[in-house]
Amino acid sequence: MSSPESSPYRETHAEKHGKARATEWPLWEIFIRGQHGLSHRHVGSLHAADAEMAIKNARDVYTRRNEGVSIWAIPAEAIAASSPEDKGPMYDPANDKVYRHPTFFDIPDEVGAM
Amino acid sequence: MYAQMIKSTGKGVKSLDEMDPQERAFQERIDAGGKIEPKDWMPEGYRKNLIRQIGQHAHSEIVGQLPEGNWITRAPTLERKAILLAKVQDEAGHGLYLYCAAETLGVTRDQMTRDLLSGKMKYSSIFNYPTLTWADMGAVGWLVDGAAIMNQVPLQRTSYGPYARAMVRICKEESFHQRQGYDIMMKMAKGTPAQRKMAQDALNRFWYPSLMMFGPSDKESVHSAQSMAWKIKMNTNDELRQKFVDQTVPQAEYLGLTVPDEHLKWNEEKGGYDFSEPDWEEFFDVLKGNGPCNTERLEARNKAWDNGRWVREGLLAHAAKKRIAKLAAE
Ligand SMILES: [Fe+2]
Ligand SMILES: [Fe+2]
Ligand SMILES: [Fe+2]
Repeated sequence: MSSPESSPYRETHAEKHGKARATEWPLWEIFIRGQHGLSHRHVGSLHAADAEMAIKNARDVYTRRNEGVSIWAIPAEAIAASSPEDKGPMYDPANDKVYRHPTFFDIPDEVGAM
Repeated sequence: MYAQMIKSTGKGVKSLDEMDPQERAFQERIDAGGKIEPKDWMPEGYRKNLIRQIGQHAHSEIVGQLPEGNWITRAPTLERKAILLAKVQDEAGHGLYLYCAAETLGVTRDQMTRDLLSGKMKYSSIFNYPTLTWADMGAVGWLVDGAAIMNQVPLQRTSYGPYARAMVRICKEESFHQRQGYDIMMKMAKGTPAQRKMAQDALNRFWYPSLMMFGPSDKESVHSAQSMAWKIKMNTNDELRQKFVDQTVPQAEYLGLTVPDEHLKWNEEKGGYDFSEPDWEEFFDVLKGNGPCNTERLEARNKAWDNGRWVREGLLAHAAKKRIAKLAAE
């Protein structure tokens, strides 16, 4: 099992697994919303047999000190992730639209807060 | 440290000019303080080294629960028991954060577990020493967690993103560990003569093994030079050991306890203590498996793994059954 973030080297270099492999529980990615109403944030991953257990384990592993008020557990294999090679084509177009940033416009001081 | 004697390619550090463009871009990113993320290209040596280092660190957190777990049922008060339980539970959490960081490098949890259980992968030498009295719970928190913190704080800036993030979580929790240990030491050191003696005895036994945690001097080591270039090691072993001694000696003095080193002396010129090296032969012997508790520790982990097998398999079968029932109902 590997996370959506896993290294692409996995298939080529990881050792083949024997019977231990059969008992490895699926991997879940854990997202937690903190006390202050912000969005859920990725905190890490863990192994669990099913969703219910993933949430229970997430409570023990990731919220021992009131770190959160809500937990999402998502099967790692269900997450689609962009790849670093796409960085150029994905994000470059954002760079040439500088007018999207408010600082692009000069507003005179007399106008007041804007 | 928690990861000791990690060997790299052993070829020595390449200069930027000797690198191919991909590797050069990788190194320049690290030099500029950038982070490497799991899907980024990385040299095979970097990946392998990190698996060994993070894996060994994770195993240390897990095996490290055993010497302290030894005292949970015999803690002197209910409060101390609850505190120790919470501390040991944190260490389990640390192991889990680190395993999941290592897994992003393409190794599975089961593989790492098997390598620990077979003795192929190591854990820190320190956990092969026994915890003989309650005062050892104080000494372990104060000295062992204290030494771990020395190493883990700079690793929050390590180049590998998932490792750095795991370290941030861990460091947040470690200071509770060290303080609860020191708190036990204060109670013991200011207690009855028998308790005082126990506290001194714990310091005597844990001092040198704690110094060993940083590993032997690596000023000349090509492995360390490579790890430092990759920023998966941030300081030399000697630097960290010195820092640890300088921080710990005044804390021992406050307790009225004596550090078991007749050569310990403040050196005004270097602004730190001169101190005796631990017995490195003993260290290598412990790493080889000949420490007082190596066999016991590995046996305990193997037993837990073997006895837990039916639970792991049973829950997996139960989950599959539920999935099928749900599909059938739809
Ligand atoms: Fe820890
Ligand atoms: Fe620890
Ligand atoms: Fe700790």
